[in-house]
Amino acid sequence: MTDHAIVATHVSKQFGDTVVLRDINMEVERGKVSCLIGPSGSGKSTLLRCIAFLEQATSGTILVEGQPLGFVGDGKDRRRQSPAELRKVRSKIGMVFQQFNLWPHMTALGNVSAALRRVRGMSRSEAEDRAMRQLDHVGLKERAGHYPSQLSGGQQQRVAIARALALDPTIMLFDEPTSALDPELTGEVLSVMRELAAEGMTMVVVTHEIGFAASVGHKVAFLDGGKLLFHDTPEAVFQKPREPRLEQFLDTYLDRGAAMLK
Amino acid sequence: MSFDFAVILAQGPKILSGIVVTILIWVGGNVAAAVLGFLIATLRRFGGRGVDVLLQVPIEVIRGTPFLVQIFLLYFGGPYIGLRLDPITAGFIGISVYGAAYYAEIFRAGYRSVPVGHVEAAECVGFSRNQIIRFVLLPEMALLVLPPSINMAIILLKETALLSLITVPEMTMTVSAIGSQQYAFVEALVVLALVYWALVEVANWLGRIAERKLSKLSA
Repeated sequence: MTDHAIVATHVSKQFGDTVVLRDINMEVERGKVSCLIGPSGSGKSTLLRCIAFLEQATSGTILVEGQPLGFVGDGKDRRRQSPAELRKVRSKIGMVFQQFNLWPHMTALGNVSAALRRVRGMSRSEAEDRAMRQLDHVGLKERAGHYPSQLSGGQQQRVAIARALALDPTIMLFDEPTSALDPELTGEVLSVMRELAAEGMTMVVVTHEIGFAASVGHKVAFLDGGKLLFHDTPEAVFQKPREPRLEQFLDTYLDRGAAMLK
Repeated sequence: MSFDFAVILAQGPKILSGIVVTILIWVGGNVAAAVLGFLIATLRRFGGRGVDVLLQVPIEVIRGTPFLVQIFLLYFGGPYIGLRLDPITAGFIGISVYGAAYYAEIFRAGYRSVPVGHVEAAECVGFSRNQIIRFVLLPEMALLVLPPSINMAIILLKETALLSLITVPEMTMTVSAIGSQQYAFVEALVVLALVYWALVEVANWLGRIAERKLSKLSA
């Protein structure tokens, strides 16, 4: 058994004639945090969404915990997985969105317990007990009965994290989890993510928070124009930027990033 | 000239049977129309581009022609292709199909109103397509589709009056027949108008209750 939670091999993605990802090869070790950075339109969100199977790679393979995701084989022999196989692989992955995407007609508790009941088949009380523990974990036990519209953005995002965690994923994907938040509210979400990383969760995080990438990421991947230009330790990526494109991108962040690296 | 409602109201039982037929066709037809419309919208949403375009055609035909023409074609034209329906069945089918075309558009708008991300989130936690419809899409669109649905129900009620022209013994037919027999046309029309209005207000009232309950749920 490999110690890689995610292995992407020759992954490409096209929307019509537009090439969004070009031959991406990337591995994420179990228990490690990889942060994807890069200018907008670089393909970092698309790569993450391919790993979540919200987009389907045009070609290439993605292994999740050693299991193929969505397709078996590559090239001419590529065929779709059965829905049951796909569900099984996807159940290892938890996804957190930029826009939270909580269901507005359910309370925080309802959002977190829904899949436990409907997908995992738990009884209502069992599901709610477990959901309550997850809400406690993100510090929102007192808000269990609140609807999303009654919660701040930071609280909504923490509920969304609890919703994903409730299903016991081994990998958590974050798509710009703090980009829709006021700077004030960003901190509470990042600290939940820091804790999660410290507990040894495998995480892939698309982010503009260079400070977070530098301090929490074990690896930082830099994408530009659909290509993965770097996937290395934060030190290697931030301290001596070699690629002009990376240097240019980091210029806007360097002050903040350097501060975090002391 | 003086109004004499007594001659109309003296025929209470006949009027009542007309009202009952109207309500049965209206409620039954409206429910069938809503269910059929929802199924059409759901097929269009999930069935791929071909199905979507294909189902657009009957909707356009139904919405593009008068209801009167449709029921005449169904009732008087049906026998030419071996479709012999009694008036009440023809009326029920007519209302259901006519309403379904509009309900399909109401639910299509409902589906479009739910952010894609909410569906993606449901997919990511393992919901099946049916579960996504049942637990995410329908409840999220409910508040939005309710007012146009009540509107549609009201329109369908008043369209049932046209069914008198294919001899459905609903209230427009029974009450105006009484009016002719008793030479009290105007009185008959006034009574008819009042009963339709009363039924519309009942629909409105039920709609408001449903709306209040739903908004409380998604406070």
